[in-house]
Amino acid sequence: MTPTAEPPATGPSAFLPRSFRVAAVHRETAETRTLELQPVDGRPAPAFVPGQFTMVYVFGVGEVPMSITGDPARDDRLVHTVRVVGAVSRAIAGLRRGAEIGIRGPFGRGWPLTEALGRDLIIVAGGVGLAPLRPVIYHVRAHRAAFGRVSVLYGARTPDELLYRRELARWRRDGAIDLQVTVDRASAGWTGLVGVPTLRLRQLTIDPARTLALTCGPEVMMRYAVRELEHCGLDAAQVHLSMERNMQCAVGLCGHCQFGPDFLCRSGPVLRADRVLPRLAIREL
Amino acid sequence: MPAQFVLSRAAFVELLAALRAQGYRLMGPTVRDGAIVYDELSGVDDLPIGWTDEQDGGTYRLTRRDDAALFGYTVGPHSWKQVFHPPAVKLWRAVRDERGLRLEAEPLPAAKTALIGARACDLHAIAIQDTTFLHGPVVDRRYEAARRDTFVVAIQCGQAARTCFCASMGTGPRASAGFDLALTEVLDERGHRFVGEAGTPAGEAVLARLPHRPAAPEDLEAAAQRHDAALAQMGRRLDAGGVRELLQENLDHPRWDEVASRCLACGNCTMVCPTCFCTATSDRGDLAGREAERWQTWDSCFTMDFSYVHGGSVRRSTKSRYRQWLTHKLSTWFDQFGRSGCVGCGRCITWCPVGIDLTEEVRAIRETPSRPGPAAEPSHGHP
Repeated sequence: MTPTAEPPATGPSAFLPRSFRVAAVHRETAETRTLELQPVDGRPAPAFVPGQFTMVYVFGVGEVPMSITGDPARDDRLVHTVRVVGAVSRAIAGLRRGAEIGIRGPFGRGWPLTEALGRDLIIVAGGVGLAPLRPVIYHVRAHRAAFGRVSVLYGARTPDELLYRRELARWRRDGAIDLQVTVDRASAGWTGLVGVPTLRLRQLTIDPARTLALTCGPEVMMRYAVRELEHCGLDAAQVHLSMERNMQCAVGLCGHCQFGPDFLCRSGPVLRADRVLPRLAIREL
Repeated sequence: MPAQFVLSRAAFVELLAALRAQGYRLMGPTVRDGAIVYDELSGVDDLPIGWTDEQDGGTYRLTRRDDAALFGYTVGPHSWKQVFHPPAVKLWRAVRDERGLRLEAEPLPAAKTALIGARACDLHAIAIQDTTFLHGPVVDRRYEAARRDTFVVAIQCGQAARTCFCASMGTGPRASAGFDLALTEVLDERGHRFVGEAGTPAGEAVLARLPHRPAAPEDLEAAAQRHDAALAQMGRRLDAGGVRELLQENLDHPRWDEVASRCLACGNCTMVCPTCFCTATSDRGDLAGREAERWQTWDSCFTMDFSYVHGGSVRRSTKSRYRQWLTHKLSTWFDQFGRSGCVGCGRCITWCPVGIDLTEEVRAIRETPSRPGPAAEPSHGHP
């Protein structure tokens, strides 16, 4: 029941994208779109572990790493949420239904779902950092009895920047997981929580011995999340975070994603916090 | 030690011809643009006959020797990564038309290559790149194909440059593995000849077809003198003991600021380094928007773009980029590949426009170690 797909065999094929067709585009916010992609060859979409990423290629524009954000139980499509931050992401966000793009992967190490079995989960996400954590939420909700208490703290800068709003509302209503959505700055009509999500950690009821925490967002947010979780009694070894660096080959050969001894595309993007905390404290590493 | 033999200069010429006859392209040193570079050789006359090099921090000059030695110099700006991990490689081609998007991988290289005149440091560098590309969790099939059918004629160094420090890295000056044939060039009153040994059955098979004789004690003595000369001339040393830990414990050492005030962040050191392997991928399209190509080109951790993530680069300062290069080479390389990434060839010292010398930088940190203090500010976050 735990997705255990390994990255595919490599060789020239590791560098050669596979063609996918855009099956649907959803507008999440002014700057983000979610794309559902289907393999052109009619075969299933690749299996993945929540937290893994692919390299997304737009013909003639370029290629960028992108977290997989769909349901790991579905093999009919691959889902990515893209935020416009540069030329390639702008091109991806501008794709229409029917367009063809290239995909390599999935790559990297995902969230430790086997280790999470039977335990309480705390998920802390900031901004588009929710995208690589959404597959975990799908997985947990599909196997709800296999996990203990599950708390999701999700923050965005403003209400307009929240992803997956209808889905979040549905999850809040059915109560299968404890979902708290917060914004840094409220706007007219916002009746929810205000403030960064890490500040809500101390209000959770936490049994540190049986808890595992997963976090993804800006590095500064993840640092505070680890600090707060430690305050709540967790060890940094019980916290996993997802790192972002320049990635070009995605198989640990181009050197760009080095973070100290790690090639993040291979030993990450998900890493145990106790391994990376000392490095996060060093500027420009 | 395997039996040593002697090849005359004429027999060496026959060796090159024999390798060519077996379908090997000969890659070796030749003079171009005032430097000794590696390129395809048509025969012995393409070698830098009678040339030598003078090297020091930021300095490289070719000068005439007073003899006609074929290998009377050390290493130049090229290394064998030029052959196995070329500066620019096309990975695939994409065509977009009414039938959709089609991607075609470039065929893998199929050349048989003989390296003529590889030095001990470079053989270690090749072994290091083999580890990177062949023995990790992911195999680079392109490197594997380029590397598959290689014949190595090593030359044992008979002199060293002022920038050489292989002896302190344990990688030379004498090659003990990684070759099919290893030759020491000797010019004395007994003639111009090569004293050598075979390292593989393939080397023995080629040797068997060449005129040669067993080495006499005088030949062995002459060769040993050449090896001793190289060792004695070694101009620099790097105290490699504990350097892996030393650099990790000194990531905030003031020396990084000091070296950054001299470093131009030009990336020359990474280009000439025989083990630096980083690449960038880029996509090139035609004007009609019908065809696109994916290229892989050497990249350098000294560029601002190298660590770019949306919103900015992680390593904005020259200090952080020099630190990345040196700590990777001498420290995190152990974590990644189980050994140092430096072979002591000295190329990065010679080809640095301002003569920055990594042996000096390590010495400076070693002499005034400072353990890292608490970080004053958080590292680069996602904008």
